[in-house]
Amino acid sequence: METSTISRRELLKGTGALVVSFSLFGSVSRALAQAAAGGEPEATSLDSWLAIAQDGTVTVFTSKVELGTGTETALAQIVAEELDVPFSRIHMEAGDTSKSVDQAVTAASRTIERAGPQLRQAAAVARRELLRQASERLNAPADQLTVNDGVISASGASVRKVSYSELVGDKRFNVKMEASGFGWDLKISPDVPVKNVKDYKIVGTSVPRTDLPGKFTGEFTYAQDVRLPGMLHGRVVRPPVVNSKPLNVDEGSIKQIAGVVKVVQEGNFLGVVAQTEWAAIQAAKALKVTWSTPSTTLPATPDELYAYLKDTKSFNDQVVVNRGNADSAFAQASKKYEATFRWPFQLHGMLGPSCAVADVRGDSVTVWSGTQGPFRTRKALSDMLRIPEKNIRVIFREESGCYGRLSPDDAPLDAALLSRAVGKPVRVQWTRADEHGWEPKGPAQLVTVRAGVDAQGNIVAWDYMERGFPWSESAGNPLLAGRQIGMKNVSPGQSNGTAGGGEAYEFENQRIIAALIPWSQDTPTPLRTSNLRAPGDLARTFASESLLDEIAADLHVDPVQIRLRYLKNNKRVTEVLVAATQAAKWKEHVSHSAPVSGSKAMGRGVSVSGRDGTVTAAVAEVEVDKSSGEITIKRVTLAHDCGLIVNPDGLRNQIEGNIIQGVSRTLLEEVRFDAQGVKNLDWVSYPIVTFRRVPDIQIVLLNRKEMPALGGGEPSTVPVPAAIANAVYDAIGVRMREVPMTPQKVQASLRSKAPGQRA
Amino acid sequence: MAQITLHVNGKARMVDSDPTTPLLYVLRDDLELHGPRFGCGLSQCGACTVIIDGNTVRSCSFPVSSAKNKQITTLEGLGTVARPHVLQRAFVEEQAAQCGYCMNGMIMTAKVLLDKNPHPGDDDIKRALEGNLCRCGSHLRVMRAIKRAASERV
Ligand code: FES
Ligand code: FES
Repeated sequence: METSTISRRELLKGTGALVVSFSLFGSVSRALAQAAAGGEPEATSLDSWLAIAQDGTVTVFTSKVELGTGTETALAQIVAEELDVPFSRIHMEAGDTSKSVDQAVTAASRTIERAGPQLRQAAAVARRELLRQASERLNAPADQLTVNDGVISASGASVRKVSYSELVGDKRFNVKMEASGFGWDLKISPDVPVKNVKDYKIVGTSVPRTDLPGKFTGEFTYAQDVRLPGMLHGRVVRPPVVNSKPLNVDEGSIKQIAGVVKVVQEGNFLGVVAQTEWAAIQAAKALKVTWSTPSTTLPATPDELYAYLKDTKSFNDQVVVNRGNADSAFAQASKKYEATFRWPFQLHGMLGPSCAVADVRGDSVTVWSGTQGPFRTRKALSDMLRIPEKNIRVIFREESGCYGRLSPDDAPLDAALLSRAVGKPVRVQWTRADEHGWEPKGPAQLVTVRAGVDAQGNIVAWDYMERGFPWSESAGNPLLAGRQIGMKNVSPGQSNGTAGGGEAYEFENQRIIAALIPWSQDTPTPLRTSNLRAPGDLARTFASESLLDEIAADLHVDPVQIRLRYLKNNKRVTEVLVAATQAAKWKEHVSHSAPVSGSKAMGRGVSVSGRDGTVTAAVAEVEVDKSSGEITIKRVTLAHDCGLIVNPDGLRNQIEGNIIQGVSRTLLEEVRFDAQGVKNLDWVSYPIVTFRRVPDIQIVLLNRKEMPALGGGEPSTVPVPAAIANAVYDAIGVRMREVPMTPQKVQASLRSKAPGQRA
Repeated sequence: MAQITLHVNGKARMVDSDPTTPLLYVLRDDLELHGPRFGCGLSQCGACTVIIDGNTVRSCSFPVSSAKNKQITTLEGLGTVARPHVLQRAFVEEQAAQCGYCMNGMIMTAKVLLDKNPHPGDDDIKRALEGNLCRCGSHLRVMRAIKRAASERV
């Protein structure tokens, strides 16, 4: 057997900068050198976005990065389509701050929706320019030219052709474009005409992901694989309890470990640097530190947490809907419903813990990491190191799927502090316990929904109040290492979103509020918070779609019918709901109306959701074992409308993942903590879904070619918890109002079932 | 430190290493292999899986000294993008990954499964992979890919 290639790295000119070339794309070095010669990329310059090499390779420069969701392939499809070149010729150069325009973090399922048009317009400008040049070269009017696979032909007389690379190969375009707005809102030459969707040949097809083959052979380079000459290994020594400070560090305690280079302490930040990874691991573990034992104000139990959420004054009541008068309509209603729902802190749980390599040399810094926002990370490094942003280069290398965790990417800052202390490149790999304990969590939420029904059985009042935490790790606030060296928060945190409180429905009197409860600590706490996939929407939808289901059951109405009734003019949601229920062969019924015999009961539940224009509906089929309390998800059917579909198989892949992760979060996941810190620091104490629990999945895609392409990276996880909760009710007649729906909770709910409840 | 000879993907490789070092770090840092990945270091996720003498081993919890004189296969030893192993090809055909970080463990575990049971049923596959975590939720595709590889192997 032959040994395959081990090292895939090549040193590119100057500064020890390392570029990992992906074998799939052939040589791009010329295109890169060409772009690099142009200086800091400006949004208004076409050369900042596209370069065409002599060999025909089209390099696309973008700060949008691949997070395992297939966006790199989808964005490449959009460019190939607009430019009329074969897909295989596109090379995406993603997430290098020295080579791309800041298009904001890759997050919130907004990449295709926002960056897609930015790149498409850049490609359209390039195509127009290429046609202009060809028109001169071929001496034919531009409107008589056709483009095929990057070759422009003049109609009429034969053999008058010129290729893109003949026109601009290895040359700059030197074309200015319009650019307004910033980040997600950046608009690039919006008036340049683009292709008609009817003529699309690449967008809309299931082009295989460009990144996958190398991921199946080990040829792919993750951030964890980046190695630099002379690189050392670092580990951060985390305090054992929240907020404690290292009072005394006994360096003698690690004297016997060969290869330790330095113990680094800055403020409360403590780390070790060693020649080998194993030495760093052992040293971090063995280092004897006397930590202070401060008192802490952290809630110590789930009950304390939810009490804090309930009783603390909000700093921002985000009003989503306020129609009529929900209070008086509720007061006058003939039937009243009210329920409170709890959603715990949950982990992103990246399969590979955070990792970064930093090389700090004087006042120039280069960092490699899987950050979702290379520019955001550059800013955070600049703030912490007090080095101007222009001296800092952040180079994206993919990490494992992060679901929002690497929007606030901590490891680059750890690595930078350690590298600065030793004057060498340092790689920092977080441990599993670091990641579970210290990653910013998806925030806990407490939702109370009240609804009133009139004598005719119409829902006339809907009063929805969420109390949840913001993201403490929002842009601008220092990250973990920054806080440990004494930087202070500047913001109370960013909203955890507002969608899912029932705004898809029209009730006569309707109020939906998402209140933000203060959750901002200047000292490090393990219950930091940030955006976790479809931030907040799962809990909000769980609450609203559960209560609506409860009303339907009480009024003896089929759960689908009650939704259709109040969706009224919401055509897309209606169609998605109908599509899901048809595919699931939904039979009209009143929930939990069939008699249950034996200890196992089957049930079906439905839920709809909308997020940033994308609409989904799910039907869950569950089996509940009444004696053990175990819920088994048999099948989830999900219909999905995200406008124009760019890559159907890529979208299905995302939806499968969203459903499976949704099942995991609904049934299993809860961060446990006490006043000292997080208690579940590994996968045994924080279990996630495994093969035996994965349901069958059926997906219906609604392709809306008349619409823009919207996000598919997270909306389909949103309806999963509510669909499961409603299916559990259908099966056993109890309402699960707290996640995770563990067997213990199911058993407790069965025991406490009110006598009046139908069994 | 000690000089240790490892047999990795059919080649003898000499490393100079603390014998207690988990094999994972030697493969990744000294031999610069990317297949085996660090996920937990606790034998809980499978990302670091290698095959030693025909069985899966979690290299994060396996001292390098114990690997002496044994045949170690990593993901790189199965095939390359240009010349993929039937499993690797099947994973591409099924587009069986999202981030792909867990896929070393999935493929290596599947390799041992197929070597022992060339035509596994759904339950066999689930059982074999139960201890391999995937946070992205690629499970169904992984199962399809393994079944495809099994059917194409003959
Ligand atoms: S890294 Fe070895 S099992 Fe997780
Ligand atoms: S594909 Fe991301 S962890 Fe499995």
